[in-house]
Amino acid sequence: MGSSYVTHAAGYVDYGGPKLVTSRFGFEDSHTLARSEATGGYVGLRAALDMRPPEVHGEVRDATLLGRGGAGFPAGVKWGFCPEGVWPRYLVVNGDESEPGTYKDRLLMERDPHQLIEGCLIACYALGLSQCFLYVRGEMALAQERIAIALNDAYAAGYVGRDILGTDFSVDIVLHWGAGAYIVGEETALIESLEGNRGMPRLKPPYFPAAIGLYGMPTIVNNVETLANLPWILEHGAAAYRRHGSESSPGTRMFAVSGHVNRPGVYEVEQGVTTFRDLFYGDDYCQGIREGHELKMFIPGGGSAPWFFQEHLDVALEATEISAAGSMLGSGAIIVMDDSTDAVKACHRLVRFFARESCGKCSPCREGTGWEEKILQRILDGHGRPSDIDLLLDVGDNISPGPYPVAAHDAEGLAAVPFPPQQTTICPLGPSSVAPIVSTIRRFRHEFEARITRGDGIPVAAAPANGGGAEA
Amino acid sequence: MGFFTPANEKVAADIASRYPRRRSAMIPLLHLAQEQEGWVTGPAMEQIAELTGTTPVEVLGTGSFYEMFKFHPVGRYLVNVCTNISCQLLGADDLLEHVESSLGVRAGSTTADGLFTVEEVECVAACTEAPCFTVNYRYFHRATADLFDEVVADIRAGRSPIGRGAAGDDGELPEHGILGRVRQHIPDDRRVGTTPPEQVTGPPAWLAADRAGEG
Repeated sequence: MGSSYVTHAAGYVDYGGPKLVTSRFGFEDSHTLARSEATGGYVGLRAALDMRPPEVHGEVRDATLLGRGGAGFPAGVKWGFCPEGVWPRYLVVNGDESEPGTYKDRLLMERDPHQLIEGCLIACYALGLSQCFLYVRGEMALAQERIAIALNDAYAAGYVGRDILGTDFSVDIVLHWGAGAYIVGEETALIESLEGNRGMPRLKPPYFPAAIGLYGMPTIVNNVETLANLPWILEHGAAAYRRHGSESSPGTRMFAVSGHVNRPGVYEVEQGVTTFRDLFYGDDYCQGIREGHELKMFIPGGGSAPWFFQEHLDVALEATEISAAGSMLGSGAIIVMDDSTDAVKACHRLVRFFARESCGKCSPCREGTGWEEKILQRILDGHGRPSDIDLLLDVGDNISPGPYPVAAHDAEGLAAVPFPPQQTTICPLGPSSVAPIVSTIRRFRHEFEARITRGDGIPVAAAPANGGGAEA
Repeated sequence: MGFFTPANEKVAADIASRYPRRRSAMIPLLHLAQEQEGWVTGPAMEQIAELTGTTPVEVLGTGSFYEMFKFHPVGRYLVNVCTNISCQLLGADDLLEHVESSLGVRAGSTTADGLFTVEEVECVAACTEAPCFTVNYRYFHRATADLFDEVVADIRAGRSPIGRGAAGDDGELPEHGILGRVRQHIPDDRRVGTTPPEQVTGPPAWLAADRAGEG
């Protein structure tokens, strides 16, 4: 290596807020062991090792650390699902960040790999997990490189491996990386991939990883950001952690705000305190929608989430409030679209993503997402049929039957349905493709209709007045 | 007869030794093969099958699921342009068109000189830095047509384009197939080692000791 690390965390915005997981991002050498040790690195691990393993688990449960991968399930509760008397148990770290709009785990892995390693060690110690597999997304070469260096340094320094810090706690952390498949971010697909197979999800039940996971053994699958919170919790305690954020969602979240704002970026924000309006328009945060435009819509939790509009700006950045309003906090990916955005085109782009990334295991998703994409493509191309709008909804209904979660504003008076919706598929990928369709058709049906009736795919309409002979 | 070089054979054995079941080494070994050859060849799949206790067709079956594995030669530099929503909102379609027209190839194909392969890809987790593209999985943020032209000019001139475009990457730009340039190394005196799950009978030492003390 030897090269000097010249750039800071690209995209990260330090606005002066609390830094539970981004405390080292301001340092150019934040990824090194020297910087980590000089700034409290592995203090949380030492604190954990001074406690009994069940006490460490209790601390995490008391902190109400909600999973940061998308589902938002409390990590301490998930940890409690390992059946008694079944050994070995494994830890699998989900670093396969690929949800459209999501940019946080890559930063955490590139900028502070020792914090993540420390979090892995705390989890392994608490639950008796005898081996850890750190699954990094295949495309993230720099993250892989920095984690490899960090692990090599941590092994040499006695933090990882045999008899950690002179105790009888021993665990190997194995760096593993994927090779390009969104679906592998689903925890059972991640396990399939780690076993050397095509990354196709398993049916739950019975394959809840905590009970039947890697090699059929109890396995904890946690997101990178979730684990990155553990060192802080163990160093400062659950009570201190709960003083950040809200009652139901303590702590902070890393929000990646992308799209049409003046200062897009990754912000570490206290949960439940800040609203979308603060985040989009606040001087500390995104500083407003770009000049001359107004907000048209935004996606609050990654490509899978139902969309929000102007009237949702005062919803707080917190899982229960967002769910009650009809969407999901998901992976903290917020995509802002101003009035220049073509709703049909944006919808098509997300649906195309799900069609490309469908693993093909369940028919409703494999066939349905492809149909949705083709129908939307022909509408965009000017070949749409009047029946296409209802056809889209019908195909969506075959993947995700019943009323789809939509924002509570909805004039039809539908009660908000918590995410995820009902589904005819094993995993939520197929239903996710329905989110942009239902969101856009409910709100912007006229844009679809205009596309269909205008027929602007027919070139003669644009021919010069006396040159085309288009008048029939 | 093996595909892997002697040095890589050692690396492969080391990788396989880290997993309780060697089939788990499938994806890492496919990456190693691609690192050596730039793509995954038939002989590579044969040897990976031997190393993982599978058949070559199982290796192909797993490998073909993943977009990063190439089963035909590609350019030395793989240009991936993200056109997913966050990048599309800020001009990714125009960027892709510029990439295609300036290199003279459509997404999915390789320039005649074998230097560049262009792909249109899904979200690569740089959404706040849109639009973005990667070259051999090294990031270029807040990309413009001019930035892309500079990167191409650098590569053609034998210079490293890394550091352009406000990205977080550093160092040289390796050829296609090479991801992290540093490997994990587990020293023997620190290694815990792995046991097939069926041979594990009880909780690990530190938990067993804690429970004994409790009882």
